[in-house]
Amino acid sequence: MKIIAVDRQGKEHTLEGRDGWSVMEILRDGGLDIAAECGGACACATCHVYVNEGWYEKLPPPSEAEIDMLDMALAVEPNSRLSCQIICSDETDGIKVTVAPE
Amino acid sequence: MSTPIETDVVIIGAGPIGLFAVFELGLLDLKCHLVDILDRPGGQCTELYPEKPIYDIPGLPIVTGQELVNRLLEQCKPFDPQFHFGEMATALEKQPDGKWKLKTDAGTEIIAHVVVVAAGAGSFQPKRPPVPGIELHENAGDGVGVHYAVRKMETFRGKNILIAGGGDSALDWVINLAPLAKTMTLVHHRDGFRAAAHSVNQMRELEAAGKVRFHVASVKAVHGEPGKLTGVTLAGPDKSEWHHEADAFLPFFGLTIKLGPIAEFGINLHENLIPVDTARFESETPGIFAIGDINTYPGKLKLILSGFHEAALMAQAAFHVARPNEKLRFQYTTSSSNLQKKLGVS
Repeated sequence: MKIIAVDRQGKEHTLEGRDGWSVMEILRDGGLDIAAECGGACACATCHVYVNEGWYEKLPPPSEAEIDMLDMALAVEPNSRLSCQIICSDETDGIKVTVAPE
Repeated sequence: MSTPIETDVVIIGAGPIGLFAVFELGLLDLKCHLVDILDRPGGQCTELYPEKPIYDIPGLPIVTGQELVNRLLEQCKPFDPQFHFGEMATALEKQPDGKWKLKTDAGTEIIAHVVVVAAGAGSFQPKRPPVPGIELHENAGDGVGVHYAVRKMETFRGKNILIAGGGDSALDWVINLAPLAKTMTLVHHRDGFRAAAHSVNQMRELEAAGKVRFHVASVKAVHGEPGKLTGVTLAGPDKSEWHHEADAFLPFFGLTIKLGPIAEFGINLHENLIPVDTARFESETPGIFAIGDINTYPGKLKLILSGFHEAALMAQAAFHVARPNEKLRFQYTTSSSNLQKKLGVS
């Protein structure tokens, strides 16, 4: 399963997703510049991404906790998500995300 | 400028690892001062996840970030650590006698034999919205320009104030500053708030009374000469944009971690981490140690439990730096009446 990630310089990376891993973990291990300060606890909003082109609706909706935590993210858009809360599966194969500005 | 403080060890960072270092150093009779930019102990544990459970602390099957910090504070209390909260370590200088002088942005100066950097990923700093030129309006003076904190409410009297954010800080300052503002406007990316319900209710009442304007919008641009903010461009969810007059813009999006002045201390860094040896946890500069998330070495794991181990070994090495002519007596707390006396349990 693939994850296509666009970094802050606009460069596209194709990363191998792993079933059950969070997108944040794949981005972090793939060397993208994503702070993910709290390590995936939905507690810091520093793994903020935009979900591209029609993928947002296909994902399970964000939890109340994630919606609340997005209040602490910068430059939030309607397709904003915290990548630590998006879990890789067959359904996310090919998902494209863009790392939000710092 | 007050007289410098003299101590054995100065620790940068009062997170869990800094607190445990106080304990390990204390067992060896080394006294500690700690400097932390936050206003309370605990670092990431209390700032990011005070209520979240941690499951991998040896002997504590489940403990929240705040509970762990409370227990560490209790554990190191016998050694009377001296805290300097709300201060950022800004400069480190070697003294002619080989000691170190640490300076903070509050003017505190601490002279110590040993420096321990236990700063996690660096210092917590306010998140700056990605608006071009916003930094030109920071530090513009009281009550005008961009502020990430309110020091003196009175300086905002009679101003057109714009607040951005949806958390407790944003809502609290809307409520507190609205009575003295000329105009008070809140913008947030959604019509819903993370802040406490009673704050949201109060804000809604002020809005209904015409004392606060609320827009689902975000700030796209700032206007005015550097240091003289005149207004901002706001954008709504439908991408429509409009001009909004503002003397002061207060974004409240919480904190993020930046390495900060540690990068200027002359300590060798590798990708913003301090390389250390795994016997002493000393940086490449003798007398400066690094423990916890800030250090790196082959096999490093960013775990609290690893930091505890690092603190114990660091303390042994630091003892020889601070007390070069003394013999270190290795003792166990279970059997040593000497250690138990220090801990106040016998």
